[in-house]
Amino acid sequence: MTSAMLETRGLCKNFGALEVSREVNFRLERGARHALIGPNGAGKTTFINLLTGVLLPSRGSVVLEGEDVTALAQAKRVKRGIARTFQINQLFRGLTVLENVCIAVAERLGVGGTMLRPAGRRADVIEQASRLIEMLKLGGDAGRRIVELPYGRQRLVEIAIALGLNPRVLLLDEPAAGIPSAESHILLDAIATLPKEIAVLIIEHDMDLVFRFAERITVLVSGAILAEGTPAEIAANREVRAVYLGSALDA
Amino acid sequence: MTAARQLAERHRFRWWELLPWIAGIAVFFAFPNYLSFGTQVLITILFALSLDLVLGYAGIVTLGHAAFFGVGAYTVGMMAMHWGWNEPLSGLVAAALVAGAIGLASGWVLLRTQGLTLLMLTLCTMTLLEQAANMGAAWTGGFDGMPGLSFGKILGLFGFDALYFRSQYLYVLAVLFFCFVIVRMLVYSSFGQSLTGIRENLLRMHAVGAPVRARQVLAYTVSAALAGVAGALFTQANGYVNLAVLGLERAAGVLIVLILGGYGRLYGAFVGAIAYMVLEHLLAKAYPTAWQLGIGLTLMAVALYARNGILGLGDALRRRLGAGGTR
Repeated sequence: MTSAMLETRGLCKNFGALEVSREVNFRLERGARHALIGPNGAGKTTFINLLTGVLLPSRGSVVLEGEDVTALAQAKRVKRGIARTFQINQLFRGLTVLENVCIAVAERLGVGGTMLRPAGRRADVIEQASRLIEMLKLGGDAGRRIVELPYGRQRLVEIAIALGLNPRVLLLDEPAAGIPSAESHILLDAIATLPKEIAVLIIEHDMDLVFRFAERITVLVSGAILAEGTPAEIAANREVRAVYLGSALDA
Repeated sequence: MTAARQLAERHRFRWWELLPWIAGIAVFFAFPNYLSFGTQVLITILFALSLDLVLGYAGIVTLGHAAFFGVGAYTVGMMAMHWGWNEPLSGLVAAALVAGAIGLASGWVLLRTQGLTLLMLTLCTMTLLEQAANMGAAWTGGFDGMPGLSFGKILGLFGFDALYFRSQYLYVLAVLFFCFVIVRMLVYSSFGQSLTGIRENLLRMHAVGAPVRARQVLAYTVSAALAGVAGALFTQANGYVNLAVLGLERAAGVLIVLILGGYGRLYGAFVGAIAYMVLEHLLAKAYPTAWQLGIGLTLMAVALYARNGILGLGDALRRRLGAGGTR
């Protein structure tokens, strides 16, 4: 069996007596379009935090392309190609869209700590950031500060920052959360046009989005994997329908 | 593309950036009797500028920045007193190194914390140093400090002039310019950009893989070194040093200066120091017994109506005037 892009083996996380991840064995294949779904409190965001190194697991391991990265700090994992977005926007609110993305690009290129050269003379950083901003159709807003943008546009900046890190694995934590449904197509388009070589794991409550986007779905309930399969398999799974999807699919 | 051009040109010098320096030289010729006062203003500008780097740019809230001012002040004082080392420029270098080292050591430990905890710990660090200076009388002169220090000629050319402060003023102005160029370079660099990132969103800064704490500690160290230079200038220009250089009043004062001028905007230190000290000077002249009332009222007005300081007020005004035209 070839190594997955990202894999967890027997991943457990306890907060005291509370088990938020239980023996999670998960594989994210190269170039995957994978969705992680589950009811509120199923441990989805905890799982992302374990993958990115924000939290350390109580047991088990995180493996990136066959290499155990469990002990690596968040910053090191970012350098190895794991990037994420947040469920609630985490942006540099007082800075412009361009500056937001430039900060990410500068860190990836390893020039974020240089002191002698003005940031404005980093033509390579600005150019790469501008290209990403164009790609996400944020070009008209590049010079505007985050606080001046509507929430939906801010969600796109979240993705632009993550892409600025040139990830091999992109973890999207509820990218459509908080966006009015009339605007969610912009986000869907953005996600649909992500480069094929990036393995994408999306956590989402919007089932339309999940079933349009995902080629594979994992269902997490109470910290453990309940089921995994293609969208058709998941939709047909009686257990999943019972605990989670309920009537949403009957309609 | 305009956003990219804006970013690419932001660090360029603009014509009005010459004004403070022209004004600084003009004061030398126009107000020969106020050069002692002018020297104190320049020192305060440098001190506030060092605070702006950590507070305004990196978002590190500190109430103990006078610790580094004091360390710099005592370093040159003790060198002159005990070793007879009174060459000014090498004194500044020594003060920067010692203050920077203490900034590095304390920042390494303190910057693990944030918010109120950090605020209290910076205050405690300063108080510890103040007490050390108070108790180590053999070295520091204790409560009385070290009066009557004398310093040698700058570069062997011109000596300090105790009566009119002429050479002190020009010397401090030159040092301020040098330090300002460094701070300006830092805040417009990628490092400076990452500091504002840390200020704006710590969580995100971690998530883009930035070595957040190393950057904070580095900024804190540079800022401490610059504050040390300001303190050293204080001792050299005035010829004495005492416990007040390490006190809460000085730490709070510089914070007020920076907030008054506008933090995180490089020139807030200039505007704030001039506004605060000139106001203090005039009020003390007009109402010798109750001048602090005037300062208090001014600060309340700033806190209520000009959150971003005097410079922020200017911005808001420009936005309002320009609102009818193009954006």
